[in-house]
Amino acid sequence: MTDILANIVSGVLILAGAGFFLTGAIGFIRMPDLFTRLHAASLSDTTGMALILSGLAVHAGFTVAAVKLVFLILFLLFMGPATTHALAAAALAAGVKPLGAMRHAAKKGPAKVADTVKTIATSAAKAAPKKAPKNTSRNMPKNVPKNTPKKGRRP
Amino acid sequence: MILFAALLAVFVAVVLMTFRTVAGPTTFDRLLAANSIGNGAILIVALYGFLTDRPDFIDLTLTYALLNYVGVFAVLKFFRAGSEDEEQAEETR
Repeated sequence: MTDILANIVSGVLILAGAGFFLTGAIGFIRMPDLFTRLHAASLSDTTGMALILSGLAVHAGFTVAAVKLVFLILFLLFMGPATTHALAAAALAAGVKPLGAMRHAAKKGPAKVADTVKTIATSAAKAAPKKAPKNTSRNMPKNVPKNTPKKGRRP
Repeated sequence: MILFAALLAVFVAVVLMTFRTVAGPTTFDRLLAANSIGNGAILIVALYGFLTDRPDFIDLTLTYALLNYVGVFAVLKFFRAGSEDEEQAEETR
């Protein structure tokens, strides 16, 4: 009886996790700019991995493998958001701008537009002089864009 | 059966993320895609281990998880600060 129950629970958890993971990958392909992609990929990745691995832990029963899986889940639950935060902070510091910032400000009125323009200018000024001499001194490729990527499609 | 279906779904997700790794306009897109592919690799190893009744593969997934996150933070550090020795020079200044 408990065997069947454990099978059902683990199957549901694993299938739900795989669905989350696949949805995250589709969102990762479809979203228009870096921050929306970050949102789509990181959240569903964390959820999908936690669900799949906990389903596997239920599948394994009371064994050493289940304990290792629980440790893996804990590690992923701590480190996934940390990685996402570090990526977003690094992208902002490098001058990648959120796609909808100006559109959002335009809806709020002219004062908000001026505020957003000022914020973008100061962040660009903070990023530019730090980056410029290093890129020339080292032979680093200039793959840190100054503007929003143009290639992405709008939803 | 369920394990195989989940394995297939994760594999398809990894293939989709590979497209973004090739097409991503910024470095951070590629880095995020690489991170997600690493997560997919963890899931694939774990699911394959349970599919073939060899749960010892969990040790490999733990190692993969640690390497994945250390790698992401190292690359982020590189793109923020140029390189490690330059950053240390800035700190001592």
